[in-house]
Amino acid sequence: MDFTISAADMAFREEVRSFIEAELPTDIARRGQHDYHSARDDVRRWMQILNRKGWSAPHWPAHLGGTDWSPLRKYIFQDELRRARAPVLDRCALDLLGPVLCAFGSQDQQTRFLPPILNGDVWWAQGFSEPNSGSDLASLRTRAELKGDHYLVNGQKTWTSEAHYADWIFALVRTDPAAKPQAGISFLLIDIRTPGVTVRPIWSIDEGHTLNEVFFEDVVVPAENLVGTAGMGWTYAKFLLTHERTTSAVVSHTKRDVDQVRHLASSLSDGGGKLVDNPAFGAKLARLQADVIALEWAVMRVLHAADDDPSANTVASLLKLRGSELSERAALLAAEALGDYGLCALPDPEGHHILHRDGLAAPLHDDEAIGVTARAMFRRATTIYGGTSEIQRTIIAKSNLGL
Amino acid sequence: MDFRLSSEQQALADSVASFCARDYDFEHRRLSLANEGGFSPDNWQLFAELGWLGAGLGEDAGGYGGGAVENAIILEAFGRALVVEPFLACAVLALQTLAALPKCDVRDQLIADIVSGEKLAVLAHNEFEARGDVELVGMTAFQDNGQWRLNGTKQLVLGAPAADWLIVSARAGPDVGLFLVAPSTAGVELVPYRTLDNMRAADIHFAEAPVHAVLALPGAALPAIRLGYAHAMTAMCAEAVGAMDAAILLARDYLKTRQQFGTPLAGFQALQHRMADMLVEAEMSRSIVFQGLASLTDSEPERQKAIAAMKIVVSSAAMFVGRNAVQLHGGIGMTEEHPVGHYYKRLFVIAGLFGGEAFHLSRLASIGTGFW
Ligand SMILES: Cc1cc2nc3c(=O)[nH]c(=O)nc-3n(C[C@H](O)[C@H](O)[C@H](O)COP(=O)(O)OP(=O)(O)OC[C@H]3O[C@@H](n4cnc5c(N)ncnc54)[C@H](O)[C@@H]3O)c2cc1C
Repeated sequence: MDFTISAADMAFREEVRSFIEAELPTDIARRGQHDYHSARDDVRRWMQILNRKGWSAPHWPAHLGGTDWSPLRKYIFQDELRRARAPVLDRCALDLLGPVLCAFGSQDQQTRFLPPILNGDVWWAQGFSEPNSGSDLASLRTRAELKGDHYLVNGQKTWTSEAHYADWIFALVRTDPAAKPQAGISFLLIDIRTPGVTVRPIWSIDEGHTLNEVFFEDVVVPAENLVGTAGMGWTYAKFLLTHERTTSAVVSHTKRDVDQVRHLASSLSDGGGKLVDNPAFGAKLARLQADVIALEWAVMRVLHAADDDPSANTVASLLKLRGSELSERAALLAAEALGDYGLCALPDPEGHHILHRDGLAAPLHDDEAIGVTARAMFRRATTIYGGTSEIQRTIIAKSNLGL
Repeated sequence: MDFRLSSEQQALADSVASFCARDYDFEHRRLSLANEGGFSPDNWQLFAELGWLGAGLGEDAGGYGGGAVENAIILEAFGRALVVEPFLACAVLALQTLAALPKCDVRDQLIADIVSGEKLAVLAHNEFEARGDVELVGMTAFQDNGQWRLNGTKQLVLGAPAADWLIVSARAGPDVGLFLVAPSTAGVELVPYRTLDNMRAADIHFAEAPVHAVLALPGAALPAIRLGYAHAMTAMCAEAVGAMDAAILLARDYLKTRQQFGTPLAGFQALQHRMADMLVEAEMSRSIVFQGLASLTDSEPERQKAIAAMKIVVSSAAMFVGRNAVQLHGGIGMTEEHPVGHYYKRLFVIAGLFGGEAFHLSRLASIGTGFW
């Protein structure tokens, strides 16, 4: 065993850090601090900067615009982005669709769709969930009928994150109603501006707008927009959800949140002293920190494991469960650190999509406090999206314990 | 011991419950919130007419002969319906603090005006640095040609945007007094805002603001403030119990109707167990609220211990029940449209108000032993 990170990898971290320091525009960095959902223009500008360096999607294959970095370097890169509070990129396109197109897309699809993703020009939404198909995704009912050279799509998707920003949506659709549920599903790319597509906002408990309903009424989609083979959509979706084995741990996000809690607790008063010296609060923070350290070492084990290492597979399968819990806990602790203001720290009044513009935002006395409680509310969803914690536990019990 | 309600108390509980059922569904609540001040003045008048504003006050103090149990009954029902009118701020915190002061004309008149719904008064005591420590007062009072004036800032003053009167604590040297100030007075600046649960509060800045009357001279205020807070925390914990009950029922009913994998979610044992744990938390909270109620006639430090223990249990239960009620709803629980998220947000606010779990853990640990 060797627990050191090589000098070359340390130097790589420095290189990434100085690149970000030099290139991340300060106005974007400032907004990135407050708004947990970055504005589209900020993301696009930042993607273009990254793209010039060839760093938009390091985890894609090098010949398709990615890099041949080691898993550790890819992790370090993400870690540095979070440390600098760079905008959160279009995850749907980069982490979900991209790898599927790289693995299963036709060459035409790859040349048509991948470069605009890398440059932040075209945005994607993930259209999987439906009102009656959440945890039981395989029961989805959105229909796509093949009519010669095109599909005719009818149905509804919901909880579609950022669909109001998106140019395209990749959807799971039922192409064969007669087949077994999983076997009748295909993976279809749909231009969101096609006639018959309607996007409606859903406001969430953080008083923000990221979620949407997407309706399809006789939407004509060229048959060439089918990814891979008809009926293989479920396989691609599973590939997509498990491809990035460590990102679902969101450990870099949570590390930054812990830093923020520490900053708040060291600067905010508590009676005579500082909050960080309150033994009960300090103990909570320390416990969170310990759990995040354990999570990061779990991630390290996966990053350094061979693909067929069974123990790494076990760890990988529980990263989402634990990572999502810590992500919410960190956000809640930041809100708790704000004391009274944590009970009213609503979204950044300068934010793009906020429910109330009534001038009744609380006055906050620390720049770091803006958006903190809204984020804590939004993070309530971490154990719901991307496979709920209950479903994760079932999978862990089945696949790792044979129950 | 006898945990049953008296017939008068049962009648009160029935009357509040029927108001909430008839006039306070989620749509009515939305309308209340849409009012200029964030709640319905008509409801407030109705509360006065029904005698609820004075229900928790003895007759000698100007109320209708009840006590803390009456307030708990009202707020438990309000918690179930997520009532947004500032009952806790005015009819409990302010009124109980006033009631604990020695009689004087200004105090007696103010109590009468609150009970009749004529005036809305709130206690402006909280300061950010206190984080639940009732003893902490940074604001100062000084006399200038016989006129008391105030300097400093009060924060997160619940209900303040709608208040006709502010009952303000301030320190002259080491001694804390209570002063009556009209919000429109020169030198008083109110910054109103919404809290996460959509209720209203304000920060209030005082710059040599003249007081209208002295309610308690420096040195005489803290015992009343302590008691006022103990009443408010107990009533608020009762509200949390009501909100937990309602959130649990929402989740239960949802699990019975929502189908996934071809079967109602209610059939999954993992979810049944979660609901059972939620019920345990709610019932432990209900139990320790009784302890809180019992402690209100105790002296310090017994009362302080009891209140801290109550707040620890209820804060953590509120978070557990609120978070899981959303969890069991899946995506729909995350929406502003669905009531369950609003229960979570109220429970989140209650968990943090008047000091969160960390403050009360430290407090209870430092008060020491001698519990049973
Ligand atoms: C903020 C947010 C963003 C999202 N973004 C997207 C997106 O971009 N694209 C997209 O397609 N979807 C998205 N989703 C949808 C998300 O994937 C679903 O919400 C999730 O799969 C759960 O489905 P559901 O909401 O229908 O809940 P349900 O499946 O109805 O679940 C309700 C509850 O029952 C539990 N449960 C269900 N089945 C079982 C079982 N067998 N055993 C035990 N417990 C069970 C669940 O764990 C949950 O607690 C998003 C959701 C949220 C909240």
